[in-house]
Amino acid sequence: MDFLNAIVALANFVLIPATAYGAQLALGALGVTLIYGILRFSNFAHGDTMAFGTTVTILFTWWFQSMGVGFGPLPTALLALPFGILGCALLLLGTDRVVFRFYRAQKAVPVILVIVSMGVMFVYNGLVRFIIGVDTQRFADGERFIISARDFKSATGLDEGLALKSTQAITLVVAAIAVALLFWFLTRTRTGKSMRAFSDNEDLALLSGINPEKVVTVTWLIVAALATIAGTLYGLDKSFKPFTYFQLLLPIFAAAIVGGLGSPVGAIAGGFVIAYSEVMITYAWKKVAGYLLPESLAPDGLAQLLSTDYKFAVSFAILVVVLLFKPTGLFKGKSA
Amino acid sequence: MSDAYSGRGNKDASIAQPGLRSELAGVADGAATPAPGTGPFLSGTGMTGGYGKGPHILHDCTIAVDRGEIAVIVGPNGAGKSTAMKAIFGMLDLRAGHVTLDGEDITALSPQNRVRRGMGFVPQNRNIFPSMTVEENLEMGAFIREDDIAATMEQVFELFPILRDKRGQAAGELSGGQRQQVAVGRALMTRPKVLMLDEPTAGVSPIVMDELFDRIIEVARTGLPVMMVEQNARQALEIADHGYVLVQGRNAHTGTGKELLADPDVRQSFLGG
Repeated sequence: MDFLNAIVALANFVLIPATAYGAQLALGALGVTLIYGILRFSNFAHGDTMAFGTTVTILFTWWFQSMGVGFGPLPTALLALPFGILGCALLLLGTDRVVFRFYRAQKAVPVILVIVSMGVMFVYNGLVRFIIGVDTQRFADGERFIISARDFKSATGLDEGLALKSTQAITLVVAAIAVALLFWFLTRTRTGKSMRAFSDNEDLALLSGINPEKVVTVTWLIVAALATIAGTLYGLDKSFKPFTYFQLLLPIFAAAIVGGLGSPVGAIAGGFVIAYSEVMITYAWKKVAGYLLPESLAPDGLAQLLSTDYKFAVSFAILVVVLLFKPTGLFKGKSA
Repeated sequence: MSDAYSGRGNKDASIAQPGLRSELAGVADGAATPAPGTGPFLSGTGMTGGYGKGPHILHDCTIAVDRGEIAVIVGPNGAGKSTAMKAIFGMLDLRAGHVTLDGEDITALSPQNRVRRGMGFVPQNRNIFPSMTVEENLEMGAFIREDDIAATMEQVFELFPILRDKRGQAAGELSGGQRQQVAVGRALMTRPKVLMLDEPTAGVSPIVMDELFDRIIEVARTGLPVMMVEQNARQALEIADHGYVLVQGRNAHTGTGKELLADPDVRQSFLGG
C-alpha cells in the first residue's frame, strides 16, 4: 500500500505536471529550432511572441464568453485559438517585412540578427503590456478536472490523491496533434521538404529553384501557430502573465539547445528533459520518501534539492553542461 | 554552418542578389549573337570579370561545349577554372563577353533562370542536402518541374544503382563518392540540356574517381553535353573531346583532349612531363 501511495504521489506531483510542462516547452522549443534552422538565428523574441499570441487568444476568449459562446466542457480558449494564431501570424509577418527582411537582404551575420531579435523582443514586450496590462490573467473555463483527488481517493481507498486537470490532458492532446501535423508537413509535403532543403543548404536550395521568400513566410506562419498554441496551453494550465512568458525564454532555449538546435525531434526531447529536471529538482521528496523508506531513514527536512524560486537555475545549469560537453545537443543539431 | 560568425551563403553574385547584375545589362549589346542552332551548344566567349567589385579574374576567356561532347577545363591552382564555370552559370559579374545557350544569348539571366533554360550545375562543395534522404535530394533537384518525375528518377537510379539501395538513407551519411553521385543525380533531375560539373572527383579515392569518370562518360553518351572542371588533368583530358587549359584566367592551350595530351608544352607544365 505504501508503495502504491508513493507512486500515486509521484505521479500527482511530478510526472503529470512535468509531462504537461514538457509538452508546452517542446512546442515553444520547436518554434525556436525552426527559426534557427531555416532563418538561421536565435530568436530572442520567441517568449514575447508566445505572450502576444496568447493575448489575442485571451481577448477573443473574453469576447466569446461575453456573447455566451462556450465550448461545452472544454475551455473557450480552444475556440479562440485559431484567431490568436491569426493575430500572431499577422504580427510576425509584419515584423519580418519591416525588420528582418532588411537584414536578410544585407546577408547580415547571425549574431546581428540575434541582437535585432532582442530589439523586436522589447517592442513585443511593450505591445503586450500595452494591450492587456502587466497583471496575471486567468481565462480557463469549462470542466476543471478529469480526475479529482477526492474522487480518486474514494475510488481507490489510497491515502494519496491523484488529480488530472483537464488543462493537462488538453495540453498533451493538442501538443500531440500539433507535432504530428508539423512532422507530416515537413516530411510529406513539397513545401515542407523545400523548407528542410533550405535549412540544409541554402545555396543549393536557391539553385534548385526554391523560392526563399515563400520558405520564410511559411516558416513564420508555422512559428506563429506553434508559439500561440504553446502560450495558450501554458496560460490555461497555469496562468497568463507577460513577465512569466518572457522568463520562459530560458527553459525554451535550453530545451532547443539540449535537443540540438535545428532538430525538431531534439526540441521535443529537450522540452521533456528540461521539464522533468526542473520539476524533479524543485520537488520536495519528503512525502514519497516517507512512503518508500523505513521510518528510521525517513528524511527530516523537505528533501527538496532546490527551492522553486530557483527553478531557472536548473535550465541554466543544463544549458551550460550541454554547451560544454555536447554543443550539438542530443540529436546532432547545428552547433549552438 | 559551424561558425556562428561566418556569413550566410557564398558571396557569388546574383543567386540571391539579383541587384548586383545591374551593370551587366548593356554588355552583350553590339556583340554579334550567333543565330540559333549554329555554333557550340553552350559557350562563354571572351569572358572578362571578377567577383563583386574585385579585380578581374577572367581575361578574355572562351570556353564551349557542343552536343554529345565532353569539354574539360584544366589548369594550375588559382587559374580561374571554377570561376570560368561560374561565369558561364551566371554566378559572376561579366564585364565583357557573353554566354550563349543553343544560340541564344543568356548573359543577363540569373542562375535560377539558367536552370530553367536547361543548365544543370553541380557545385564543387556543399552540393547535396545532407540531412535529407537520397530520394528527397533527387526530388528537390526536380523542384522546378511540375510534371511527373518518377521516370527521371528511375533513369538516375539506373545510372547510379547504389543510390537505389540507399534511397531512404540521409545523403550526409554516404561516402564521398556516393555523395557525388547524389549531387550529379540531383542535377540530372531537371532533365538538363547541358551538365556542368565543378571538380566532381575532388576528395574521392582513385578507385572511386575512375568509377565517377565512367559514369560521366555514360552520361555524355546519352547525348548530354558535359562541361567539367578537373584537378586530375591527365585522366580528364583522356576522356575529353575538347580541353581548355587556363592559366591566370586566360586561355593558354585549347584543343581536343588527345592534342593537349600530346602537346609537349602542356605535358611539361601541367602533366608532369
